Amino acid sequence: MTMTEEAIVVNGLTKDFKGFIAVDGVSFQVKMGENFGFLGPNGAGKTTTVKMLCTLLRPSGGNAQVAGYDIVRDQSQVRKSIGIIFQEPSLDDRLTARENLRFHGIIYKVPGKELPARINRSLEWMELEDRADDLVRNFSGGMKRRLEIARGLLHLPKILFLDEPTLGLDPQTRNRIWEYLLRLRQDANVTLFLTTHYMDEAEHCDRIAIIDHGKIIALDTPQELKAQMRGDLVDLQTGDDALTEKELVAKHGIMVRGDSQGLHFEVPNGAEFIPKLVRELTADVIAVSTRRPTLDDVFLKLTGREIRNGSLSGRDRMRNRLQRIGRRWR
Amino acid sequence: MEVIDFSCIYMIWLRDTIRYFREKSQLYGSIARPVLWLFVLGMGLRGSYQHTGDFSYTQFIFPGIVAMTIIFTSIQSAISIIWDREFGFLKEILVAPVPRTSIAIGKGLAGTTLSLIQGSIILLLSPLVEVHFPVVHLLPILLVMGVLSFTLTGIGIVIASRMASFQGFGTIMNFVIMPMWFLSGAMFPPTGVPGWLNVLIRGNPLTYGVDLLRWLILGFSYYTPWFGLILLMMFGFVVTSAAIFFFNRGEY
Repeated sequence: MTMTEEAIVVNGLTKDFKGFIAVDGVSFQVKMGENFGFLGPNGAGKTTTVKMLCTLLRPSGGNAQVAGYDIVRDQSQVRKSIGIIFQEPSLDDRLTARENLRFHGIIYKVPGKELPARINRSLEWMELEDRADDLVRNFSGGMKRRLEIARGLLHLPKILFLDEPTLGLDPQTRNRIWEYLLRLRQDANVTLFLTTHYMDEAEHCDRIAIIDHGKIIALDTPQELKAQMRGDLVDLQTGDDALTEKELVAKHGIMVRGDSQGLHFEVPNGAEFIPKLVRELTADVIAVSTRRPTLDDVFLKLTGREIRNGSLSGRDRMRNRLQRIGRRWR
Repeated sequence: MEVIDFSCIYMIWLRDTIRYFREKSQLYGSIARPVLWLFVLGMGLRGSYQHTGDFSYTQFIFPGIVAMTIIFTSIQSAISIIWDREFGFLKEILVAPVPRTSIAIGKGLAGTTLSLIQGSIILLLSPLVEVHFPVVHLLPILLVMGVLSFTLTGIGIVIASRMASFQGFGTIMNFVIMPMWFLSGAMFPPTGVPGWLNVLIRGNPLTYGVDLLRWLILGFSYYTPWFGLILLMMFGFVVTSAAIFFFNRGEY
């Protein structure tokens, strides 16, 4: 293959589901060895983009190269170069961890002589050695995820795609999965492309593309994205929020956002501003605090909405129920 | 990407086989059903049965029970594609750099293997119902069973590729599998039935599979065996092509 600096090159990629445009002309590049994040709410087009890059969906427009191969013309080469961790589990839970890995190795043509050693190394990376011969159905959610990551790495892909790798896991488990992923970058020398709607996870990425309604609305390092905010954020509650809002706009020309929690606005230096504010205001200050902006605030500023965390769509709930019923039947 | 990928076929086959031997309840269940038919229904209906030739009812239905075992095992094996889709494992196979045709062939061979094992277990019960066939017939019997299994697994793959969810399974059982099985001449002689029923029986490819087994096991048949074999093979070819076509085209 040709040596490229870029692991992924995407130009005007579009997916049109019979009139519903899920991905609307996105363009970006991911460098080799980079940890690249796709951040956005449910239904923003993250999974559709991943599916196109993994050759599972055919794009309606635009083009993309993954590991130097075209995602439409060289599907087989693309597939050999990537590892994929899906949003929904994709293990055979009636098999053991080792069997799941072995079948993956066979189907990806890992040489038979090398396979046992590779399986062991993958298991070691994810610290699953001592559960290697247990049936996957007895694994916890976090262990299943780790096994999927181990499997995705077995054929030594150049790029690992992770679609919402920590969805549905508890916070401790999420943190652990992240420790593994960050360690992987050094040990396995692999480019990570991941999607998430958790802001704190996006912070782990080298660069983030914020996607909403199928379009990339911002793309930069987490630090630069946060620097887009004017400075610090102030949350303020007073005896008369409406009056306070008027005063702030008149005196300081600040854009103020009000909700049931009080007033929220940006100032260059929160710590210096607060004492001045308390002296100036006519209404009584009930509570005031200042904080550094997070990616949540960036997203809110760019889209006017908050990313909804952890809420399942009707279809997801349906699927979960179906799977529970199915499990009882099997 | 070539169409035949042996490591892929091997992996699909091995996985289904491992799962089959691991799921003991399924194994016992699929033996219990034919045993129930053979001994309970067979013995029960024995008395009221106007037999053809020199055979008792249990002897008469024995080849049909072997065929029934093959029908259910093959279809069940192919239908596991729907489970794999529902539980995500199918995605892992479909994103691998392997041709779908090989996945379908692997599935077909797995279904054939499992059906042959199940059918052979029933075949072992033949002395219990006083069915004795020449030992030299064993290989031809297994061959017919194999063709029948591969064909039926193919039907199962077509169904699984066309079915969006598991909820349609009952419908398929009631409108495809059960009619096919009842209209195969397995449980009653295809002679002496009303004309319309005779037409349906003669139009069912399974009839000739059952008839061939009856010829090899009991030594008599209703149709010309060679004609039946050719028909069955032709049907098997059509079904296999359809299975590959629909599996390749399916959206997962």
